[in-house]
Amino acid sequence: MPESLMIGTRIRERRVMNGIKQSDLARQVGISPSYLNLIEHNRRRIGGKTLLRLADALHVEPTLLSEGAEATLIAALREAASRQGKDGAELARSEEFAGRFPGWAHLLASLSRRVQDLERTVETLTDRLTHDPHLAASLHEVISTVTAIRSTSSILVETEALEPEWQSRFHRNINEESSRLAEGAEALVRYLEGAASIEAEIRSPQDEVQAFLAGNGFHFPALEGGVDETALEDILSQSDVLVSDAARRLARGTLSQYRADAHRLPLDDMLSVVAEHGPSPDRIVEAFGCGLPAAFRRLAALPEDAVGPVGLVSCDGSGTLIFRKPFSGFAMPRDAGACVLWPLFQVLVQPQVPVRALLRQAGRRGRDKVLALAVAEQVAPATFERPALLHAHMLLFPAGAEGGETPAREVGSSCRICPLRECPARREPSIMVDGF
Amino acid sequence: MDKKVLLIEDEPNIIEAVSFILSRDGWNVKTHSNGHDALDAVRNRQPDLIILDVMLPGKSGFDILQEIRADSELTQTPVLMLTARGQEKDRDMAEKAGASRYMTKPFSNAEVLEVVRSMVGL
Repeated sequence: MPESLMIGTRIRERRVMNGIKQSDLARQVGISPSYLNLIEHNRRRIGGKTLLRLADALHVEPTLLSEGAEATLIAALREAASRQGKDGAELARSEEFAGRFPGWAHLLASLSRRVQDLERTVETLTDRLTHDPHLAASLHEVISTVTAIRSTSSILVETEALEPEWQSRFHRNINEESSRLAEGAEALVRYLEGAASIEAEIRSPQDEVQAFLAGNGFHFPALEGGVDETALEDILSQSDVLVSDAARRLARGTLSQYRADAHRLPLDDMLSVVAEHGPSPDRIVEAFGCGLPAAFRRLAALPEDAVGPVGLVSCDGSGTLIFRKPFSGFAMPRDAGACVLWPLFQVLVQPQVPVRALLRQAGRRGRDKVLALAVAEQVAPATFERPALLHAHMLLFPAGAEGGETPAREVGSSCRICPLRECPARREPSIMVDGF
Repeated sequence: MDKKVLLIEDEPNIIEAVSFILSRDGWNVKTHSNGHDALDAVRNRQPDLIILDVMLPGKSGFDILQEIRADSELTQTPVLMLTARGQEKDRDMAEKAGASRYMTKPFSNAEVLEVVRSMVGL
């Protein structure tokens, strides 16, 4: 128990607060000043009659001296008072207040905490708006096109006797830029409309692709069984989730890979391997002679009722997440800033060594263990101009029986929302530890 | 007039428009469109004036400007910075990095001509 909460200390505080000299108080209760001094410094235990007389002389309930009010509550009250400035809260009487009106005191403390939470939320949101890379990019795009249009159009208007070749060239430029401007403006409007709704995520092209894949459960029956390119284009053109060109282009890349994988690892054969051996990437590699990354992608593309829940997350060498198939029980941040303790990043350092690890993500309700399998692959070979380009993939399964007693690696999702304390990998303070 | 200007900018249609008005005004216009080797371009071209965009692929205009100013032969070359943001912070950064003038997009052609002329004392 901290000294400040000890009975002697409380007597001393109370006496000083009431402006009574130690010798006067001692006389009032009939003890020697030096004895009172020992009591006040917690060097003598007191009880019974002396306590009652002291409480009486100090005009407080004896229990307030003997038990004090709840320390954390008082600290919270003092903090609330100090945050609001000197608006007349009787700081010196916090303990008395907490002791006499514990309900009100708790309410006040929790309201103050709530105010603090909300202030921090507002700060975070403001921060997000100022530093939002997608918003900044859209604005930059719009301003660039406007600049080109303004400059070009005034050349057309102001230059006398402009040669026809130049004229048509500048007309073409204006036409080009204005369609770019229209697209940029549309993206901005979409962003701002989105920002107004409660659950709005900023719709970057990556977000659109993510929504598109999730909407299809990451499984595309129309791409199974050696279909040609037109099947793929049909899917893209029928989607009303993919709005921007950029998103459509990204989705086309993902679906082409899907089609190639589906050709190499046909659905029926995959299902029979999984039925026999479970969702084991090693067995799939054996059966089809493919690489682990293809086995990972294929497992994550199987219908959930056939294979159970499977998550997949991929990143490039910068650690930016480029593919996310969500997995319940394992949160993944939207693009960058994932927890560096994930095996996903470990395999980037040793690309030839796949990693298998049991993970437990801090701050998840239930905190079920997750089985993670990670592997890196080279997507472009090294040259003397630039190093090899790597992608890393991490497959996630429920740990199931394997999870039992085996210790799991404690990881986070991203530092900002991770409650792990004293983590050597932390790169920014958590809003959870400090109370969002 | 035989003044050489180097325009470092990555938007092709802005390059075309600005090159056009400057060359019609009698400037010898050279262009360069990425950040990586912008400094090499400046050294090779030896321009009388540099127009430098802040947002370039590969390297920011501020960094390039710092490199230019660090080169003893280029400390005096006038540099006009172009930016899409008129924020004071950017203006400060441009001044600190050693920009001679600063212009916010979108600009008018007349403005560009007037500023670059005054920068080389025309």
